[in-house]
Amino acid sequence: MKKYEYDVLVIGAGPGGSMAARFAARHGLKVLLIEKRPEIGVPVRCAEGISEAWMKKVEIDPSDRWIDTRMEGAKIYSPDERSVIELSAEQAGNEVGFVLNREYFDKYLASLAIKEGADIWLKSPAVDIIKEDGYVKGAIVRKFGERVEVRAKIVIAADGFESQVARWAGLNTVLRERDIVSCIQYRMTNIDIEENFTHFFIGSCAPGGYVWIFPKGEKEANVGIGVALNKLKSKGEVKGYLDRFIERHPYLKKGRILQIVTGAVSTCPVPKRIVDNGIMLVGDAARLIDPITGGGIANACISGKWAGEIAGKCIENPSKECFKEYEEKVKKKWERKHLRNWFVKEKLAALDDDTLNKLMEVISEENIKEISVRAILEAVQKKYPELIEEFEELL
Amino acid sequence: MLQVKPSLCNYCGACVGSCPVNCMFLDETIVRIEEDKCIKCGFCIRCCPVGAIDADWWSE
Repeated sequence: MKKYEYDVLVIGAGPGGSMAARFAARHGLKVLLIEKRPEIGVPVRCAEGISEAWMKKVEIDPSDRWIDTRMEGAKIYSPDERSVIELSAEQAGNEVGFVLNREYFDKYLASLAIKEGADIWLKSPAVDIIKEDGYVKGAIVRKFGERVEVRAKIVIAADGFESQVARWAGLNTVLRERDIVSCIQYRMTNIDIEENFTHFFIGSCAPGGYVWIFPKGEKEANVGIGVALNKLKSKGEVKGYLDRFIERHPYLKKGRILQIVTGAVSTCPVPKRIVDNGIMLVGDAARLIDPITGGGIANACISGKWAGEIAGKCIENPSKECFKEYEEKVKKKWERKHLRNWFVKEKLAALDDDTLNKLMEVISEENIKEISVRAILEAVQKKYPELIEEFEELL
Repeated sequence: MLQVKPSLCNYCGACVGSCPVNCMFLDETIVRIEEDKCIKCGFCIRCCPVGAIDADWWSE
């Protein structure tokens, strides 16, 4: 078997992996980024909605080449669609700002890594890891059909929702049924939608998740759905939910599908451990998805940058003790937030349509300026005090 | 036995990530299954967005 040696091996060339490779390479390390697919960014696995605020911090300059549409805000629809909550881009947090073209975005990020000196192999899946003396020391890679050994002082696992490398290494990223959301999305054309807003539909149309419409240009949008696995009973049920939603909405029904995207996201709190000797996890592989929105691109880029930088610091001592700094940074940023959002997600998933309709009626009528959990609860308490009992813990 | 229908599979990895015992492996465009590790929980079957996975032990 052919052997290669690098300082850092990054597995997976999505946003998290490319950012990790980029910043590790900037620190002067010899970096290899591997991707199992024949093209970066394809097939898309994502709804492509994203905010802008975080990009500066990770040195990404927004470019029209990979931005399809810019959003004014988000609209959230009650199950009966009689109440609509409108959020400006600032209020809505992660998921509005613009709608990306992931095919170009991912290539742009990979090119940033390459410009810093990282090497890249396509069509090269990791098929196993190399572990010696309690340390991850590389991976067996099928490089364009040929099994080779890649030795590295540090492995950064950026293999997405599958999170397989982590589990080979013995890190527990196993998800509970309630924390898995199965997704399907159609790129639709010839539909009539408001093009400056992202649209979210909650309730029994998507149990434990939501339906989204993210505009991609004139009369075109990503129309998708996520449903929590514990709400799914039969085979292929998610597609059925989306098809029924489209059927019920004439402005979508008149359209046709240009692309089918599938995938899954985790909606769990941050795992206990995301590092071990010789290995760090980033992005979806580290389960760094916001449990409410399902958004993960920003978190992948930020965690990728940090892992790349810490790889630079720990290259002579790639131990879990040295990587602790990375783990602590991640926990400081997301542990509390994701735990709270996980809790809210669980509460929301338990509400029936009737209750959601009432809640959203109050919220939309009260014209709450600041969208905070407290402001919402106080407004609801005035009209439906009995509904608030359920949420008292959140006050 | 678990079976993945290639005619439906979109090789997105949803099944792989949902597997609690890591018995599935997405090998580029083929889902490989280590049958002896499988605990027949059915997560992958229900998680597959397009219903590409089936098993002789599965009943709805």
